[in-house]
Amino acid sequence: MSADDQPKPLLDIRNLFVQLPRGAERTHAVEDVSYTLNNNEILCVVGESGSGKSITARAIMGLLPAPHVHIDQGTIDFNGESLTTIKESRMREIRGGEISMIFQEPMTALNPVMTIGKQIDEVIRFHTKTRKKHRRQRAVELIDSVHLPDPEHIIRAYPHELSGGQRQRAMIAMALAMEPKILIADEPTTALDVTTQAQILKLIKELQQSHDTGVLFITHDFGVVADIADRVAVMQHGRIVEIGTTDQVLNHPQHPYTQGLMRAVPSLTPPAVRSISSDTELSVNALTKTYKSGGGWFGLGAKERIVHAADNVSIKLHKGETLGVVGESGSGKSTLARCIVRLINAEEGEILYQGVDLRPLNRKEMRPYRSKIQMVFQDPFASLNPRSKVGRIIADGPRVLGVPSAQADKRAREMLELVGLDERAFDRFPHEFSGGQRQRIGIARALALDPEILVADEPVSALDVSIQAQILQLLADIRERLQLSMVFITHDLRVAAQVCDRIAVMRLGKIVEAGPTATLFSDAEHPYTRELLNAVPGKDWHPETATAPLKQDP
Amino acid sequence: MNHTAKRVRYVLKRLLQSIPVVLAILVVNFFLLHLAEGDAADVLAGEAGSATPEYMAQLRQKFGLDKPLPVQLAIYLKNVLSFDLGFSFRHDMPVATLVLDRFIPTLLLMVSTIVIAVGFGIVLGLLAASGLNTWRDNVISIFALITYATPLFWIGLMMIVVFSLKLHWFPTSGMENVAMFYEGWDRVIDIAHHLVMPTITLSLFYLALYTRLMRASMLEQAGMDYVVTARAKGLTERRIVFGHILRNALLPVVTMAGVQVGALIGGSVIVESVFAWPGLGMLAYEALFSRDLNLLLGIFLLSALLVVAINLIVDVIYSFLDPRIEVS
Amino acid sequence: MTFWQLYRRNRSAVLGLLILLTVILMAACASLMFPEDPFRLAGKPMSVPGENGFLLGSDTLGRDVASGIAHGARTSLLIGLLATTVAVLIGAVLGGLAGYYGGWIDDILMRVTEMFQTIPSFLFAILIVAIMKPSIQSIVIAIAVVSWPAVARLVRGEFISLRNREFIQACHSVGMGDIRIMLAEILPNCLSPIIVAGSLMVATAILIESGLSFLGLGDPNIISWGFQIGAGRTVLRSAWWVCTFPGIAILLTVLAINLVGEGLNDALNPRLRERT
Repeated sequence: MSADDQPKPLLDIRNLFVQLPRGAERTHAVEDVSYTLNNNEILCVVGESGSGKSITARAIMGLLPAPHVHIDQGTIDFNGESLTTIKESRMREIRGGEISMIFQEPMTALNPVMTIGKQIDEVIRFHTKTRKKHRRQRAVELIDSVHLPDPEHIIRAYPHELSGGQRQRAMIAMALAMEPKILIADEPTTALDVTTQAQILKLIKELQQSHDTGVLFITHDFGVVADIADRVAVMQHGRIVEIGTTDQVLNHPQHPYTQGLMRAVPSLTPPAVRSISSDTELSVNALTKTYKSGGGWFGLGAKERIVHAADNVSIKLHKGETLGVVGESGSGKSTLARCIVRLINAEEGEILYQGVDLRPLNRKEMRPYRSKIQMVFQDPFASLNPRSKVGRIIADGPRVLGVPSAQADKRAREMLELVGLDERAFDRFPHEFSGGQRQRIGIARALALDPEILVADEPVSALDVSIQAQILQLLADIRERLQLSMVFITHDLRVAAQVCDRIAVMRLGKIVEAGPTATLFSDAEHPYTRELLNAVPGKDWHPETATAPLKQDP
Repeated sequence: MNHTAKRVRYVLKRLLQSIPVVLAILVVNFFLLHLAEGDAADVLAGEAGSATPEYMAQLRQKFGLDKPLPVQLAIYLKNVLSFDLGFSFRHDMPVATLVLDRFIPTLLLMVSTIVIAVGFGIVLGLLAASGLNTWRDNVISIFALITYATPLFWIGLMMIVVFSLKLHWFPTSGMENVAMFYEGWDRVIDIAHHLVMPTITLSLFYLALYTRLMRASMLEQAGMDYVVTARAKGLTERRIVFGHILRNALLPVVTMAGVQVGALIGGSVIVESVFAWPGLGMLAYEALFSRDLNLLLGIFLLSALLVVAINLIVDVIYSFLDPRIEVS
Repeated sequence: MTFWQLYRRNRSAVLGLLILLTVILMAACASLMFPEDPFRLAGKPMSVPGENGFLLGSDTLGRDVASGIAHGARTSLLIGLLATTVAVLIGAVLGGLAGYYGGWIDDILMRVTEMFQTIPSFLFAILIVAIMKPSIQSIVIAIAVVSWPAVARLVRGEFISLRNREFIQACHSVGMGDIRIMLAEILPNCLSPIIVAGSLMVATAILIESGLSFLGLGDPNIISWGFQIGAGRTVLRSAWWVCTFPGIAILLTVLAINLVGEGLNDALNPRLRERT
């Protein structure tokens, strides 16, 4: 590739340094970053949290949280204009006019008290002198172009009246109002369900191609990269470690960091089948849990809503087996998990454990069974009491069950070692640990009671991909060593493929399909399962083969 | 989906919700007042100087004070529903007449206070927040801090010393200069002249409250994601503040304005007694010391209704500002 | 960083603490500085400040204004602290129960706080004191009765947001008892907002107390700043000092407590709260 056949890039970032305020962990959020973006291409910037990928995007838009965070050195050239030295009034013309941006959380990124129509109208009104009637017409066209139903109705709606995916579509319509040359998308699908994510990715690609837009797409998900990127830049600790075409980076990564990340991405191909005992450890039969909200006030209040969080759910968990429960948000998978550990009381059905139905037991009757079924939670920050020392958090469980204090403390120290933490963690507070370490503490707490069943509710979804791989490895080790049976709740089919022996797919409180992992992945019967599998980002990319040819390299 | 219908439903719901509250207030006040030692008969008898037990019994029977408490309460509730608030023995007048007489001055004081406190509070909070950590912000914040800590009655007295006694700008007390027999616009101007100091006195504390709240609310909203979106759209800072942040920042201030109406009436007791403003607060103060129970009940009822009514107006305003009402 | 290092960063909070300590010192030493009863006729009535041995003048009956202020500091602080303690205790217990259990307990509590918001609270306090006869006890009760709903709402809100956190669910999943969860797990996590709200409530309580005694509803046996101002009202024209100095005392004390409260807020609730 010679420099001559490359047209002048649309966006040219050179040696960019963004300084952080004093007292931060690093002196710079972004160090010596250079990349270019051309017309009609999608450049993905990938990295884990704190890699500086979003800060670079904000720097382009001139949206750094000044004065604490600012550009220290370097240039950003857009179409021959230097964005670092440009006048603020010209920058405002560029923002929203020539470079637009969409964000991760479409709910908070839209003004809650302004209609969608007005928020779109505002962009047109500030950048052109179009008459009101024409602006409205344009807004309707835009809404239509992002495939939202009934545009006339949508422009009068407020953000809270739309679903997450619809909001992100509206956000995209707004960003494209002035047909910008560059669209910056900052993790635009991270907050969405996997099927919605697939639709939004398709929409972005479609609009990019029809308008020749240059898209700067920021994400942490290599699957998404595989689906939409033309070129990829990988960031770590504020620096770009690798940049190249999608094929180069994804299939022949050069940098050890990239290679490590690739290895951490779980493959969609399930591993060899483990032999599992046919003894039943736990069986859930026709479990039902309904939530009611609103109603009352003689029909003046919010409309009565009845949600069947668990609707006649039956699952069977064998001894030593890991059963995956997979579904999108609102499918009731977390409710099911909480019903099993009796954090939520289901109205009907059975939870049979060793021949005893746990569902109708009261607190006192439940006590002897508490230790047998333990839970690992999703959020490593919310699942540990910030005011308690780690030792107490772990030892509290045994202590509640009557184990003498000294013995409970000893148990806690053993557990810390088991999950791979230093014994000194015993006297520290949770905030002194990273997300992955906190998740280890959460696992230690669950194991301290010597359970037979572990219910894990999205235990890795809040973690970066490399940490996620470590925690999954830990869970797999423990499962073997302690002969645990596990109910594994997840929305991530890649994780499910690697961890679970069998999978149950949930939708709207019902189990639509269940079966051995390999069977489910190869020939799913239910259309919803197929839809889910189709929506997995990067399903045609196989990270396990990516680094293989390069392994012999020195 | 129809926003107007939703709004109407919301306001109706709030109206419905306030009915049990009003009833509860009636019951609580009724029982509280009955805990007091001595009733109206004692007071009347005491004033007469001497009273035979027979006369006392006769008096009690006349006013229904000999009946059991629940019956008295039931009678009272029934009477209230028919707009009969009982009879003030002390003033020898029906309570309803008496209270309605004093209602207008209090309403005048309340409305002018709310308008000034909320209006200026919003403006000052906006000015402070938009010039964060400049001298403007500091001056406004210090002003708010000090007025927030000053007792109402003391401000009133100090204002009388300075503006009435020393400078002779405003009258010391009363609502109008009765001796002048003003009519028409002259009377309006005279009343407005009398209204200035009580209003300022009563507003200052709430002005400080709303200023602080508005400032904090503006700063909080300025950090929200939608502000970044607005900036990314290329809007000017001015447009971002007035078009986006302001409306969101107003929501907690409007809510607080509703919440504070009850406290405002409490404050008016002090301000009215300092400036001899002939309103409900002054009447309550007099009624308290003459143990005029019926009158007190009447005042309480009326002020509670006033609070409910103002809260309802606040709810209507809120429903225009926040389309998410149905969600909460 | 230690608590003091965090607190010290807010300079006005340090100033507030200094003023507050001075007021406390004044209250503690009142009997040493002015051993006589502040109600006693100490000399020539209506003395201008500085004359006849009166630092801050004397009132219509010849009582020493300065002595009244020193002794009044005790009254204000005592009533402010007592009323706040009672209100915080009631509010924390009721709010905690309502927030933790929800359901009908919560419904009732919310209706009651709504009622309290509708009732003109100062009028209500006047009523309580008048019915119970003015005394320290009745004033404390009256202030506590009108103040606890705010605490209850705050504690309820904190309990509701904490009870659904995963770490509390983890406690349930090992079978920990409700009382232990409330006291040992939830309460420590909402102590700082309670402390901040409580400190600001002391200021409000002092303002209410001064308002009550200004209207003549103070304890007749104990001098207080509000009483002094009420007594000086009639001679506003001729003896401005009788009203002015006690008013400044109230202003400074309340201001100081508010500043300390804000300082506590900055020190106890750093912006990190959403992460913990």
